[in-house]
Amino acid sequence: MTLLPGGICRGSTTVVNKTGGWRTFMPVYDYDKCVKCKLCELLCPDASIDPRDDGFFEFNYDFCKGCGICANECPKSAIEMVLEEK
Amino acid sequence: MSREMNIDKSKMTVVEGSYAVAHSVKVCKPNVISAYPITPQTHIVEDLSQFMADGEIPNCEYLNVESEFSALSALVGSAAVGARCYSATTSQGLELMHEVLFNVSGMRLPVVMTVTNRAVSAPISIWNDQQDSISQRDTGWIQMHAENIQEISDMTAQAYKISEDKDIMMPSMVCMDGFILSHVYEPLVLLEQDITDEFLPRYEPEYTLDPKNPLSFGAFADPNYYTEFRYMQQQAMERSLKKIEDVAEEFYDMYGRYFGGLIDEYQTEDADIILMAMGSIVGTIKDVVDKLRENNVKVGLLKVRTFRPFPAEAITNVIKDAKVVVVLDKNISLGLNEGALFTETKSVLYNTDIRVPTIGYMIGHGGRDIKMDTIERIIDEATEVMKTGIKKESQFVDVREDLL
Amino acid sequence: MKSLLVPGHRGCAGCCDAMAAKFTLMAAGEDCIVVNPTGCLEVMTTPYPETAWAVPWIHSLFENAGAVGSGIEAGLKALGKMNDTKVIVMGGDGGTLDIGMQAISGAFERGHDMTYVCIDNEAYMNTGVQRSGATPFNASTTTSPSGKVSFGNDRPKKNMPAIMVAHGSPYVATCSIGFPKDMIRKVERAVEVEGPTYIHSHAPCTTGWGFDTSKTVEVAKMAVMTGLWPLYEMEDGEVTRVKKLGKKVQPVEEYLKMQRRFKHLFTMEGGEERIAQIQALADKNIEDYGL
Repeated sequence: MTLLPGGICRGSTTVVNKTGGWRTFMPVYDYDKCVKCKLCELLCPDASIDPRDDGFFEFNYDFCKGCGICANECPKSAIEMVLEEK
Repeated sequence: MSREMNIDKSKMTVVEGSYAVAHSVKVCKPNVISAYPITPQTHIVEDLSQFMADGEIPNCEYLNVESEFSALSALVGSAAVGARCYSATTSQGLELMHEVLFNVSGMRLPVVMTVTNRAVSAPISIWNDQQDSISQRDTGWIQMHAENIQEISDMTAQAYKISEDKDIMMPSMVCMDGFILSHVYEPLVLLEQDITDEFLPRYEPEYTLDPKNPLSFGAFADPNYYTEFRYMQQQAMERSLKKIEDVAEEFYDMYGRYFGGLIDEYQTEDADIILMAMGSIVGTIKDVVDKLRENNVKVGLLKVRTFRPFPAEAITNVIKDAKVVVVLDKNISLGLNEGALFTETKSVLYNTDIRVPTIGYMIGHGGRDIKMDTIERIIDEATEVMKTGIKKESQFVDVREDLL
Repeated sequence: MKSLLVPGHRGCAGCCDAMAAKFTLMAAGEDCIVVNPTGCLEVMTTPYPETAWAVPWIHSLFENAGAVGSGIEAGLKALGKMNDTKVIVMGGDGGTLDIGMQAISGAFERGHDMTYVCIDNEAYMNTGVQRSGATPFNASTTTSPSGKVSFGNDRPKKNMPAIMVAHGSPYVATCSIGFPKDMIRKVERAVEVEGPTYIHSHAPCTTGWGFDTSKTVEVAKMAVMTGLWPLYEMEDGEVTRVKKLGKKVQPVEEYLKMQRRFKHLFTMEGGEERIAQIQALADKNIEDYGL
């Protein structure tokens, strides 16, 4: 690899680091309960909740660390944290 | 070797050293000047402030910061967005900058800064020695020392050209002895705007902080990477050895003035005794050399103009045939009882076949006047060394006798 | 909205800093340059050769972010490149209230057009939860631990927003990651106002404060609802807007008991008295700001 002098990095490059492996509990949507309020997407500290074409959201398990903020804050309890089997 | 200079006498004027520097900075068209006042640097920043007040430096912001730490820190930001940057400081201010000095060079930001060399507290002293810049030798800054105000004036433009070169990208500290050069009035040719516009290209760095191409500067390097960045800095320093010489040559061609590149020599060709020194003391030594040459003493002077990168090869080439080398240092490494130039000169000789006796004198601390008599006495002692060998390798000069 | 702080960063699960940075960038947009002093946010987002930042970003040192930001602004101005580019500093409480204070003071006094966002998690989290000038009264940290003869940190939190108001900043606001829309609105206002503007965001740290990773937002909200962290805006030195609590106000106990760092107040003899002192701090905020 070419090291740029001064330790300069190209933007948005941490995406090679899949932090999903950190997870113990994984969030799962109950789309019957979801009202598309977008709060989960807004709050996610790992920017790993992506919008779908139908207005619902989906988790990007490559990066989701399983913190559970989305589930804790969901006003409709539409997200469940499920123990992940690895 | 000293050269015939092509100086147009009609262009000569008499100004204070600080004004000459400020004028040179103006001519180099900086974008951001950031400085905190400290004696004896103040006249430089006052003159620059007046230029700003008179609208004489276009496209430039002058930051009156609250400390030297912030003076240099602000320039980290400015240089990272592609601005040509300038600061000036000395002594306590330079020591306060210590952490930022490493940061600037580590990020490869080609800031140029004048240091009006001054002693370091305690005891507090506003007078000249070179402990301040010498203490920053390992921070990754090119460090050059000027002999007179013409040289510091010219060196300022050279420093920008060296530092901003794409193969170098290392900051430069251009050093002038405080008061002795900063507050003295001498005749000189002020740096010429028309020639400088041709000599010094616009600063156009390859990498900048730019929303159109988002880069991150100053990332966290783990042990897998840290070494490589230090290695690249060292390589840049090595490339700068040639660049400094080339720039001095180009400057000579364009302006007709030359004060050396890495080093300069005075009467060294046949010299048995070679004195080595940096800064304004060089002028005093030249006078002594002239006087002693009249009495057929074969003495010469090696002026070290560039202390970092250390010009090991250039120095060994000059001193290899001498019978004794005398190194004068306006600094001390406490606990080693040697000045830095002396220690480093010895170190570059060690693994060679050159076996010239080398002795060191620590002189002029805290502004103690260096008289021609003192230099002559040192040369007398060096003459003794030629005959009888080294008795005392390194020593203070002119310490009050009741302490000895 | 696509986050300008991309995933893959090494922040803890439930990280408050990542949320605060994400909200700040949502408000600032792509045309900004970020300065980040040393701290959790800096370390976790830029492990060389990677960076989580989708905007230009620079880390210089711990104590100089204010100065670096001012230099960026000056450089852009001198080069005629300022246009609409926003200069934003995001620093932790240590880099802001303690070691970076002088550089911020200088930058604000000089009046640079920049926005400083303090992401306040109330201790030096990056180095292992040591006390800072932002650590609240009686919080236990690794350098102000509770013990047989100590209730933890014995000083109240430094009032940094007041200090920035005293600098003549045209816009100073407090916010919390528990109220993201409010935070985004305030950062939008801060970057819009010309001159040096200051945002102080409360940011509960799961690791340092000792609560479950899912509770970051809940704890943040509770701090606000007790009155311990009042949300207000000040323009040209005058309070122009506050978040009213009214009857929804909660006792501080509800906030304290959520966190390990205050656990000793519920187990040590004399803890009740301490909780009463903390309640008095909240009551004073409620009175002072008319919450």
